[in-house]
Amino acid sequence: MARIELEQVSKSWGDVVAVEPTDLVIEDGEFVAVLGPSGCGKSTTLFMLAGIYAPSGGSLRFDGQVVNEVEARDRNVGIVFQSYALYPHMTVHDNILFPLRLSKMPRSEAMAKVERFAALVHVDELLDRRPAQLSGGQQQRVALARALVKEPKLLLLDEPLSNLDATLRLTMRTEIKSLQRRMGITSILVTHDQMEATTIADRIICMSKGRIEQIGSPDDLYLRPNSLFVASFIGAPPINLVEGEAENGALYVSETRLPFLNGGAMGQVTLGIRPENISFAEDGLAGTVAAVEPMGRETLYILRTPIGHFSVLQTSSTKRYEVDASVNLQFAAEDTLLFDRASQKRLDGVQVHLP
Amino acid sequence: MAVGRNAMQARQRANFILFLGPAIVLLFLFFIAPVVVDIAIAFTDMGPTLRVTEFTTANFERFLSGDRRLAQVAVTTLLYVLGTLAIFNVTYGLLLAIMTTSINDRAGSFFRAIWLLPRMSPSVVYALLWAWVIDPTEFGLLNQVTHGVMGLPLIDLMNDTPVLLIIILNGFIGASMGMIIFTSAIRAIPEHLYHAARVDGASGWQVVRHVTLPSLRWPLSFITVYQALSLLVSFEYIWLVTNGGPFYDTTVYALYVYKRAFENGQYAYGAAMALVLVAIGIAAALSMWRFLDMKSLLQPPRIEVH
Repeated sequence: MARIELEQVSKSWGDVVAVEPTDLVIEDGEFVAVLGPSGCGKSTTLFMLAGIYAPSGGSLRFDGQVVNEVEARDRNVGIVFQSYALYPHMTVHDNILFPLRLSKMPRSEAMAKVERFAALVHVDELLDRRPAQLSGGQQQRVALARALVKEPKLLLLDEPLSNLDATLRLTMRTEIKSLQRRMGITSILVTHDQMEATTIADRIICMSKGRIEQIGSPDDLYLRPNSLFVASFIGAPPINLVEGEAENGALYVSETRLPFLNGGAMGQVTLGIRPENISFAEDGLAGTVAAVEPMGRETLYILRTPIGHFSVLQTSSTKRYEVDASVNLQFAAEDTLLFDRASQKRLDGVQVHLP
Repeated sequence: MAVGRNAMQARQRANFILFLGPAIVLLFLFFIAPVVVDIAIAFTDMGPTLRVTEFTTANFERFLSGDRRLAQVAVTTLLYVLGTLAIFNVTYGLLLAIMTTSINDRAGSFFRAIWLLPRMSPSVVYALLWAWVIDPTEFGLLNQVTHGVMGLPLIDLMNDTPVLLIIILNGFIGASMGMIIFTSAIRAIPEHLYHAARVDGASGWQVVRHVTLPSLRWPLSFITVYQALSLLVSFEYIWLVTNGGPFYDTTVYALYVYKRAFENGQYAYGAAMALVLVAIGIAAALSMWRFLDMKSLLQPPRIEVH
């Protein structure tokens, strides 16, 4: 168990900056997710924590001890790779035993631990098999057992679920979370899948282009995104963004005037509204239905309006609209998010409403 | 329609002759015909005059009981083949592959290129260089260093350690083949395996021992079989540098066959001994095929890539 601190930690290869100087504290026993699109530096950060890459600058501390120069094998971390990285020539048993064998643990003790951890992830029936004889889900469990067997201070998960099918992903998500709770290991999950991050982690670190965009609870990121990037990256279907000009106490999008409810802004402003926060009404913003996408529980409508296209998410049980139907849209002022386009930051406390 | 089918068949036949014909002719001319001729000559009494007077099994009787030199030649051949394999073609090739893949790419390619040079240079040039290196007087390159610079007594590799000399001679060339095969095999190992092993607590050597080597089982088998067979029949460098000497000390079997046939004119006896070499080669290839499981080696890649 460990408290992890990053102070101005950065990584670059020549002129290519993978991770900009970053500050971050992960508390003992916490489960955090690092979320971001591919190439945002999240895996690089994870590999620096594992000791596979050395940071180019800053200091990395485990429980207050600087570990920049400590080799991977002396850090006592466990890692699960996206490809699982099981040793192909070793049986499941030997794969799980491997870290203990290298740590020179007495044989009987090591054997007992292998049994225990294999049972923990439900692969105790497969101990004599080789990785090639296992399904993806089974390989993943073995990889997890191998990472956990030496009871590491820190568990690192690099996109561990992305190679699994949807049902299995759900099961493994629950299992990983409950295992982490039970063992109380500080854990870091790297993923590009927001669902995975929001369901599994206590806190989410959203990264983009080598920088941390926002750190917060899943609700923080969804309801109060700090930046345009976070707003547009989190949420599916994605948030509606409308670009306008702010002047004289209102936001102008082409000819349409949206007055500021409180606060105010000037210059180039982008309005964001989540698809589920828009509703059909008797009056309001007029539009026509351009497309209907039934998604089961909900139906997604793509609407054409004078201020651009909007996607609207409605419960399927409400009245169905057909393509080309004329509709009116309403949204509440408290559901609007406004961003300054120059700085990409959210304008705190500023909202607009329909006239 | 029937005409169309006939035309198609005719074209297929034409294609067969066009594409495979040249290869089949070459195969017959240079691989099958020589063996047939060799078998025929082995059962004659062809001597320096090239005249055949009778068909006989005398050559094989001589081979089995009458040739006192054979035992020594066999031992030399065994030492030469096993020594070259064990020191250079497998072990040193592997070492080169591991080392040149663990340093940075450019330096690695540079060192591999250096080790390829002996293979690329003409045999006679390579042999001449060696003749200069091992020259027993103070003008030899080796002696210029050990005697001239370090002050050690003059070294005469040819007379003192002749078998070691031919092992080094061939090994410097042979190592590059293994190096190339092992390098590409090492490159094919997923990088995550190395990372996983590091995090699991493996040292540099343990990574090689537990990740790299197990993945090289198949390439290792291949190099061992292939190089053993090619060492068994090759003698050009030995012939050029030591000519089998001093006395018969570096006369390996293939060279002995050559000398008997072409230097002494005992064509029939040479043919009989060559036939034995062919038989040994086939037997060795088949048994290694079996014991090293070459069949699975020649099937789809065994290195798992996820």
